[in-house]
Amino acid sequence: MNVFMFYMFSGIILICSLLSITTRRILRAAVYLLCVLLATAGLYFMLNYQFMAAVQLTLYAGGIVVLIIFSILLTHHITHRFKHPDITKLLMGIGSAVVGIGLVLTTILSHSFHAGTTPELPVDMTVIGNQLLSTGKNGYVLPFELISILLLAAMIAAIVIAKKEKNKNSEI
Amino acid sequence: MTGYTYTVFIILIPLVMFLVIGLLGMKWKPIVSGILGTIGMGISWTLSLITAGSYFFGVHGTEGFQTIIPFEIKWLQFTETLIIKMGILLDPISVMMLVVVTTISFMVHIYSLGYMKGEGGFARFYAFLSLFTFAMLGLVIATNIFQMYIFWELVGVSSFLLIGFYYQKPSAVAAAKKAFIVTRFADLGFLIGILILSFVTGTFDFAKLTQPGTTIFASAASMSFMGISAMTWAMTLMFIGGAGKSAMFPLHIWLPDAMEGPTPVSALIHAATMVVAGVFLVARMFPVIHFQAPATQELIAYVGGFTSLFAAVIAITQYDIKRILAFSTLSQLGYMMLSLGVSGYGGEEGLGYMASMFHLFTHAMFKALLFLGAGSIIHAVHSNLMQDMGGLRKYLPITHITFLIACLAISGIPPFAGFFSKDEILVAALEHNKLLFAVEYIVAGLTAFYMFRLYFGVFWGKDQHYHHTPHESPMTMAIPLMFLAFMSIISGFLPFHNLITSDKMGFETHTDLMVAIPSVLIGVVGIAMAWILYKKESVVPAKLAKSWGILYTATYNKFYFDEFYLFVTRKIIFNYISRPIAWFDRHIIDAFMVGIGLTTEKISYQIKGMQSGQLQHYAFAFVAGTLALALSMIYLLM
Amino acid sequence: MIQGIPLEHFLVVSTIMFFIGVCGFIIRRNLITMLMAIELILNSVNINFVVFNRYLYPDQLQGQFFSLFIVGIAAAEASVAIALIINIYRNMKNIEVENVNEMKF
Repeated sequence: MNVFMFYMFSGIILICSLLSITTRRILRAAVYLLCVLLATAGLYFMLNYQFMAAVQLTLYAGGIVVLIIFSILLTHHITHRFKHPDITKLLMGIGSAVVGIGLVLTTILSHSFHAGTTPELPVDMTVIGNQLLSTGKNGYVLPFELISILLLAAMIAAIVIAKKEKNKNSEI
Repeated sequence: MTGYTYTVFIILIPLVMFLVIGLLGMKWKPIVSGILGTIGMGISWTLSLITAGSYFFGVHGTEGFQTIIPFEIKWLQFTETLIIKMGILLDPISVMMLVVVTTISFMVHIYSLGYMKGEGGFARFYAFLSLFTFAMLGLVIATNIFQMYIFWELVGVSSFLLIGFYYQKPSAVAAAKKAFIVTRFADLGFLIGILILSFVTGTFDFAKLTQPGTTIFASAASMSFMGISAMTWAMTLMFIGGAGKSAMFPLHIWLPDAMEGPTPVSALIHAATMVVAGVFLVARMFPVIHFQAPATQELIAYVGGFTSLFAAVIAITQYDIKRILAFSTLSQLGYMMLSLGVSGYGGEEGLGYMASMFHLFTHAMFKALLFLGAGSIIHAVHSNLMQDMGGLRKYLPITHITFLIACLAISGIPPFAGFFSKDEILVAALEHNKLLFAVEYIVAGLTAFYMFRLYFGVFWGKDQHYHHTPHESPMTMAIPLMFLAFMSIISGFLPFHNLITSDKMGFETHTDLMVAIPSVLIGVVGIAMAWILYKKESVVPAKLAKSWGILYTATYNKFYFDEFYLFVTRKIIFNYISRPIAWFDRHIIDAFMVGIGLTTEKISYQIKGMQSGQLQHYAFAFVAGTLALALSMIYLLM
Repeated sequence: MIQGIPLEHFLVVSTIMFFIGVCGFIIRRNLITMLMAIELILNSVNINFVVFNRYLYPDQLQGQFFSLFIVGIAAAEASVAIALIINIYRNMKNIEVENVNEMKF
């Protein structure tokens, strides 16, 4: 059962990601991306990382993809179809991807990973919350605070960059 | 000996004057530079006389005059054995030359105060005069061949600067170039000769080379090239260098043209000092030439003899007074070279050597006097040509008398100086080679003839109408004339046979009446012929010239040697050698350099295209670079 | 640790997804689709972290927390990118990536 689920999720991930980068209609690309994200969340559920999966669904699928769709709607005609990419870029992209896959896979597969033997830690919200805010060993309060500052900065940046300029000659 | 270290000032004072006048001359009134230069030269002159007095007439041993080196420094050291030194060498001929050079230079300095007055570039003139004197003095006191070569070149440069003094005249510029190129070409031979000589003997020093009984030439006997021994090659090449400077045939072409320079320059350089550098070189190397390369000595004698005949014949037909004097110088230089060529070594045998040096001394005096007198005439008449002159004895009395004394001296009339020195040369030639004696005898007659042709043509001859009356020269110009006339009279009586000989020991000599009387006779004959033809205005000379026809024209045009040389350089060297080389330089070497630049530009243009501004290109480069690094790290280096 | 699925399978999936994302970044002409490809890349890295955590270090939580932070950063970055894209759209009226080429020689 697990195996079947794994292969299904992986298949969805790979096929949808391929489709996402090759489709000629932009909204479909966004939707394919959404499928990829959902399948990833599924993988997380299989691995017993429920919190992670929930975050993935909420933030990625529910936040980022929505943001992308909004921006598509703001900047494009929905029925606009893309042109084919020119041949240099195609070669560059496919070339680098193939070489990269080959290289990385050979490296990874030639290395034998030893699975850890310690018993699994049950991951639930209490543990996560404690660790996230603790200052002792394995405490993640510093990155937490940094992330919060980063998000603040990103918010301010997005607002400043995207706001409309006031007209210089405003008619009274 | 008393310390001779003060001799270093003799040569340093002109150098300092050159630097001072050259750098600061523009700030003062011109006359200040003139006075400064003259005073400096006066001090050098006094020191030279003191040196000569204490060297020749001081206490010395019985083996003759010693070679003294009061001053020597190691200037450049390349290896253990290759050292170039700079120093001062005092031996009979160098001390004599010190006196000659400083005397004539001092006279010229005083004379130029009057002659060059009002000319543009007055300070520059005195700077160059000081530079030239410095170079010439450095040449004569050189301790080794290399120092002599360095100063030799410096003399060439200063003479270039002085001949081309009126640099706005194209003919002066051309003459300066010609002088420099011809002497430079000869100096190539000189340098090769130096190199061969030093290679064979392992030393540059004169003291070692000319020491009697020296063994450094032992290895030279076995070396030869194309059937001629190495030492003969070396000495012949060095003689070629000397022949260039002393304007021997066929390198004589620059001397007549060098008259484009101001007349004091001609007096200093082309009568008395620079042109005798070649003779001085041969005298300096005399033991080497005489013992190691006797064939070269024969060559020297014949070249000298031919040159004197050749120049005398041309001088008969010229009208420009400075050109006549230039050819006369050529002829007398031929005398000096010939005398060295026929000389032996030691005692009575070395008569030719002594006679040559004696003639050098006396010739310097009266030739400088002739040139300065010619300058005085030109200053009065404003023209160089004999056709514009005549009857000047009424207007220029001092010039007249001194010029007459000089003409008598050069014609070999006793008791003036030229008689004694020329007589000795004839005796030496007679003992060695009858043919050369005959040539020199004829040349003596020709000399008297053309000199008196000049004298009568200028001071007697027709009564010329002058636009403005010629006036006698100012005292600054007259005093050197009088002093040099005095020297022309008395220098014949100097006891050269005790002072300057080939082996530095004195010998007894007597006047050989068998030679003296015929030589005076032919001089008188020459004067008489000139008297008949030129004292009064007459048409006989013109008729004679026409009757000689083509021979006359050829002689008048100096046997077309200048045209021949021009033809060779322009048509042959320029077209077949210079033009291809220039083409090669411009189209291959320059093109190569330019090509490197263009290629770099094109390559960089291509590389520049990599910064296309396209985001995806940059991303691709990023990924590709990372992958390449990873590949090389993991697989190629491990 | 999931029974029956060795670690390498997960790694293969994530690798392929990563390079698909790289390829997409290079191929696409539109800024927004390039952004989507970037999200693919970030996701693949997330999977990697989580899987390593689960398989090799089951008693610790570093991988998971790292993935959390990556998600947070991805969100921030996407928002700034969208703001930039909107600005570019206002200036040039289209969002082809070829028009954004001022940083060149």
